[in-house]
Amino acid sequence: MTATTLDHPAATVPTAFTQAELGWNAWLDPVPEEVLTERQKEGLVDIARAKSPYFRLLAHDPDILRFRTLADKDIFYNTRAGLPRAERELAAAAVSRSNGCIYCASVHSRFASTHSKRRDEVQRLLDEGVGVDIDPLWNAVIEASAALAATPVAFGAEHVGKLRALGLDDLAIADLIHAASFFSWANRLMLSLGEPELP
Amino acid sequence: MSAQDTLDRLSGIAGGSALDALRRERPVTRDNAQAGYEALFEADDETGVSRSERLTVAAFVALLHADGPGVEHYARLLEGQPGGAALSGLIRRQAEHAATRGPYGAYPPGPLSREDVAGPVFKVAAAASAELGERLSAALEHTHLLVFHPRDAKAADLAALKGAGWSTAGAVTLSQIVAFLSFQIRAAHGLRALGA
Repeated sequence: MTATTLDHPAATVPTAFTQAELGWNAWLDPVPEEVLTERQKEGLVDIARAKSPYFRLLAHDPDILRFRTLADKDIFYNTRAGLPRAERELAAAAVSRSNGCIYCASVHSRFASTHSKRRDEVQRLLDEGVGVDIDPLWNAVIEASAALAATPVAFGAEHVGKLRALGLDDLAIADLIHAASFFSWANRLMLSLGEPELP
Repeated sequence: MSAQDTLDRLSGIAGGSALDALRRERPVTRDNAQAGYEALFEADDETGVSRSERLTVAAFVALLHADGPGVEHYARLLEGQPGGAALSGLIRRQAEHAATRGPYGAYPPGPLSREDVAGPVFKVAAAASAELGERLSAALEHTHLLVFHPRDAKAADLAALKGAGWSTAGAVTLSQIVAFLSFQIRAAHGLRALGA
């Protein structure tokens, strides 16, 4: 009988949160690069993603992959007004820390460090978890993100009030809600369809 | 100007309101959240996952989140499917047994093990499993894992799905439904809080 899932016996799984670049191995067969259909390539959005086993696995259902990716890019990269990129990445890292997605946390903590130039504070989120005390704004962003990550969702008027008091307008708060909610989507795919690998 | 979309309905956003204007500040996000919904729940099936299965899983995700507007939306659609009313009743009873709080779960053994949080692993009861069938029972068990304790997920959980009749493409669709609902429920919840 053929195995129904993929093993990666030579891979070393990370056991701590890190800002280092990690690999990721799929537990189900990705679509082989050489047989990707035009529609699956459209689903990848950037053809460079054909190198990624994660995106080629998701390419088995190309349309939802495409809309997922287009939403992802706009939620994080469209910084016309609203929440600065650094705080969007911080929200993604905080949700990933809360759910325990070591891979997603590595990518988005790295982006948060790049855009904030506060690598050490970002590392403290990874080391200490979502209860970390950094500064009023980052604490409020992390707290709101963790409340959005909870099931049932624990986000409420107290989080909105705190963010407004710290000077965020409603577009910025809506950006935070979308960034944190999007990572509740991404974490579940990354955590359940494969696992990270140390380089 | 495009009409109210699904996330507007789940968030109680009326056309012309402040929140409507806010969502239209990000038209690409708005359009693709809706396109994702339509791809999962309205388009023709191409991965061997029926509309009834899709709506059963979505309604179960909403039930596990105790999210009123989501439950109402997806249960109503499910109940419009052949056999949907019975399925809706079955998953409502299962959700009562399955309700808990997340995220919990274990990390790979190492320094993070001190943060491991124990919690229930959901199994559909035998009597309900006989009514739901092996395929949907496995889907609901996997859904509970992804909703409440995704960091516990292992290759063996996907093997269990495949053993219950899910293809690789079907397992990807199932995972996307649970993950998309996890996004949609939070976005709607957050927007409701922002508009309150």
